[in-house]
Amino acid sequence: MRIPCPLCGPRDRREFTYYGSDDYLNRPAPDAGAGPWDDHLHLRANPAGETHDLWYHEAGCAQWLRVHRNTVSHEIYGAALVAGLKGGAQ
Amino acid sequence: MRVAGKGLIEREKPVSFTFDGRTYAGFKGDTVASALLAARVRVVGRSFKYHRPRGVLTAGSEEPNALIEVVGAKNQTPNVRATVQEVFEGLVTRSQNRMGSLRWDLLAVNDLMAPFFSAGFYYKTFMWPRAFWEKVYEPAIRRAAGLGSLSGRHDEGHYEKAFAFCDLLVIGAGPTGLIAALTAARAGADVILADEDSRMGGRLLSNGETVDGQPGPDWVAAVLAELSSLPNVRLMPRTTVSGAYDGGIYGALERVGLHKPARPDLPREAFWRITARRAILASGALERPIAFPMNDRPGIMMAGAVQSYLNRYGVASGKRVTLFANNDGARAVARDLMAAGVQVAAILDSRANASAVENCPVYLGARITDTSGRHGLRLIEGHHAGGAFKLETDCLAMSGGWNPTLHLTCHMGGRPRWSEELAAFVPMEGAVPGLVAAGAANGTFTTHGCLAAGHAVAEAALADLGLSPAKVALPRAEGLPYVVEPLWAVEGKGRAWLDFANDVTTKDVKLAAQEGYASVEHMKRYTTQGMAPDQGKNSNMGALAVLADATGRAIPETGITTFRPPYVPVSVAALGAGGRGMGFAPQRFLTSDQASRDRGAPMIEAGLWYRPSYFPKPGEATWRVSCDREVAMVRGAVGVADVSTLGKIDIQGRDAARFLDLVYTNTFSTLPVGRVRYGLMLREDGFVMDDGTTARLGENHFLMTTTTAAAGQVMRHLDFVHQTHCADWDVRFISVTEAWAQFAVAGPKSRALLNAVLDQPVQDFPFMACGAVQLGGVTARLFRISFSGEQGYEIAVPTRYGESLFRDLVAKAETMGGGPYGMEALNVLRVEKGFITHAEIHGRTTAFDIGMEKMVSPKKDCIGKAMAARPALVGPERQQLVGLKIATGTPPCSGAHLFTVGDKVGREESQGYITSFAHSDLMGACLGLGFLKNGRARHGEIIRIVDHLRGLDLTAEVCDPVFHDKDGEKLRA
Repeated sequence: MRIPCPLCGPRDRREFTYYGSDDYLNRPAPDAGAGPWDDHLHLRANPAGETHDLWYHEAGCAQWLRVHRNTVSHEIYGAALVAGLKGGAQ
Repeated sequence: MRVAGKGLIEREKPVSFTFDGRTYAGFKGDTVASALLAARVRVVGRSFKYHRPRGVLTAGSEEPNALIEVVGAKNQTPNVRATVQEVFEGLVTRSQNRMGSLRWDLLAVNDLMAPFFSAGFYYKTFMWPRAFWEKVYEPAIRRAAGLGSLSGRHDEGHYEKAFAFCDLLVIGAGPTGLIAALTAARAGADVILADEDSRMGGRLLSNGETVDGQPGPDWVAAVLAELSSLPNVRLMPRTTVSGAYDGGIYGALERVGLHKPARPDLPREAFWRITARRAILASGALERPIAFPMNDRPGIMMAGAVQSYLNRYGVASGKRVTLFANNDGARAVARDLMAAGVQVAAILDSRANASAVENCPVYLGARITDTSGRHGLRLIEGHHAGGAFKLETDCLAMSGGWNPTLHLTCHMGGRPRWSEELAAFVPMEGAVPGLVAAGAANGTFTTHGCLAAGHAVAEAALADLGLSPAKVALPRAEGLPYVVEPLWAVEGKGRAWLDFANDVTTKDVKLAAQEGYASVEHMKRYTTQGMAPDQGKNSNMGALAVLADATGRAIPETGITTFRPPYVPVSVAALGAGGRGMGFAPQRFLTSDQASRDRGAPMIEAGLWYRPSYFPKPGEATWRVSCDREVAMVRGAVGVADVSTLGKIDIQGRDAARFLDLVYTNTFSTLPVGRVRYGLMLREDGFVMDDGTTARLGENHFLMTTTTAAAGQVMRHLDFVHQTHCADWDVRFISVTEAWAQFAVAGPKSRALLNAVLDQPVQDFPFMACGAVQLGGVTARLFRISFSGEQGYEIAVPTRYGESLFRDLVAKAETMGGGPYGMEALNVLRVEKGFITHAEIHGRTTAFDIGMEKMVSPKKDCIGKAMAARPALVGPERQQLVGLKIATGTPPCSGAHLFTVGDKVGREESQGYITSFAHSDLMGACLGLGFLKNGRARHGEIIRIVDHLRGLDLTAEVCDPVFHDKDGEKLRA
């Protein structure tokens, strides 16, 4: 498996650390309450097909990536820097 | 025997090798199989179940019979295919799967018992008496089971892992692969051409055909000469591409040194991971046997193999050869044999209306119904359209048609498609992204067709790669169509083998179907067909045809078992190259490493780091004696410890303080410059991630320390928080762990020791202060922090000065009654002071549990704050950090569970557990840290400690986790 890092180009997956769904990008407000926080941390879709998840290029540029891929065909459609997607101060 | 003037072997380079203790002569270019055939050795192995004598069947890696052990000085490799192993001077081989000699195998008695050894034999036979299983059946089966034997010692050979990248990977160097590689190479693509064989050329080395009017091998040599002259081409002979994986990655096994005498610097094998933008599968085709009665005798071979031995190795596989085939291709074998002066007894063509015009007898509509010859074929019997025949022959070359070698196209879930015309499965298109099958691997069985296909797929690959094709003229070659009429099995009295390696016959497959194992996957597992080292390469097609017939279905309906990687057996040693012992495991050494070892300190692993355990003095018999001395030394004078393993992260920017406020539970924006603060870091789910001190070196400049264990995790976490939640903040950070060597200087004489090494003595430097100091002209960083509970400092210098500073500090400390201390003493010191490590913050404890809930600032948000406030994470039901005073002299009991005195000792009654343990001379007791349900309200209680693992049952007093200097007077002195 190779992940197309926007900074480093396509690299072997052994250079990356997997984290989980890109749901983690949407941190609830501190006072959102237990429900939304529980959803944010623990409730995940388990799609057979397209998914977006977060990978850390630990042995590369130290950037977190949002990878768009397919869990059935293993096709990787692309990857974007998380830092470019988000960035608003909380 | 050798045929004069034939073959590509180097007759001027004779070599000798041994097989079962006897020396044989061969030539460079021979395989063990070709050399043994040349020497008329007919029996080369014994079959797995019946121990029947077996001879060479094929001339490739699919060989099921000629499996041998190769014996080296440092390794013994079983199940080596004699058809692949090249001979070299001094090669030692032996046959396997025999008890006694190869000729008189004692277990051949199994053959007489064959009626009892049918499919499912194990499941049916060893059921009773029950008590016999362990004592009688299992030992006997174990002795008889398994193919080949191991030395029982480690393989000390040298193996490698390697990586390669290319635009185009061409798998197989027959006509298809060669023309494809040439087409792509001339256009400037980076090409890897990998071929399993020691010599590239594929069937062109064996089939006697001409290309562009030249003999096949000459055309091959010319193409290879051009390819090897090009800088953008890598030729990889002896390299089997074994698997296709996601992302254009292919696994490949290269036999680097298996064809030469062992040398320490020469790897035996290398396992490659090849990343290719495009790939062409030109792996050719495998000829399939016909299951006729008693078809397993030595001398019964594949027709294509007989042709290979003749044309490539100059060996006649028999004196009087008979052919048995259901297709036209085998006719060429007969013609080649006759042209070389080998007698051909007859061509037995199973088809009723094939041509009968040859220079030898041709029997049409022929079927072989029996054979004889105990140690080698002597006679075949059968019938044909015109009656019965009985032929004396010592070699039968059979051909049941050809199967495209499409295995790689199935490695990612692709299913092959049935071709009625070829009576074979052909690859599914697009089954592996980026890979295209061409030539024989795609069902094109003429040389002309292969050349055209190879050229066309290479041009398509070039277009995909954005390269413009260069001119390659298509060479002229033979194009006679391949005509086949399926013949899978011949009915008759005797057993007809499908899987030679695992001794599976047509009867076994029929029995499986009859007993309900009608699915091809069930039949395979019930009969073990296709489960030997050849993985069914010779038998899959025949077995499923017999199964289809037995179950009244068509072949495509019956389906085929799944081909999975690897295509050939891959040794674990090659896959795991660099993994034995320390292998390539990284090791991290402190700058004080040598100085510590010089003092006899045993080093212990801390992650990848090596840290001194203790520094023994003469006369100290045990680690405890040294440890206790070092603890007393720190408490009474001064000690020096290397703490460089702690993670150090340099954080800068206008929003650096704001960022720290987000990642730490407590506030750092209020920390004055020149000060240090202890910080607690949570995971977003509210549990403690790490702790450490962070110093403010300037208004917008901080230095964070992490624990040794969590340095990587914290860095990853900081990057995550920054990039996902506040990428637009002005903050940047980098790990500087290895840039600084840092030493703890602890004890009442610590300031005196520092002043002995610093250019300017430290004056007003209060607890939790930090700042730059000068030391021999070098700027160092000084931190007034303590992990021992004594007055303490940590001094950091650029790494290159670390060793000299350590030696200097230790030497000067020794003049003050101090010295170095190791991890054991460090642990006692911190337990006495109630300081936590990852033994306590092990991922299941909260700030509340460790008594630090007040460190979660109510004034601001931080990572983990919302979830840390969950009801279940705070309150008396939580197990809370406590100290335990245990009688002195108690053995270590970390991990022991705590029980209320008088309670039952059970899982549900457990009140908590011990995380850390130390012998404390200072407190005159053994001390524990641990977690106890509602522990903070239970100080003073006597609690029971039970450790089933160590057989301990004792009591302890629950107390505050800080045993020593509760008010921190020494710390602030």
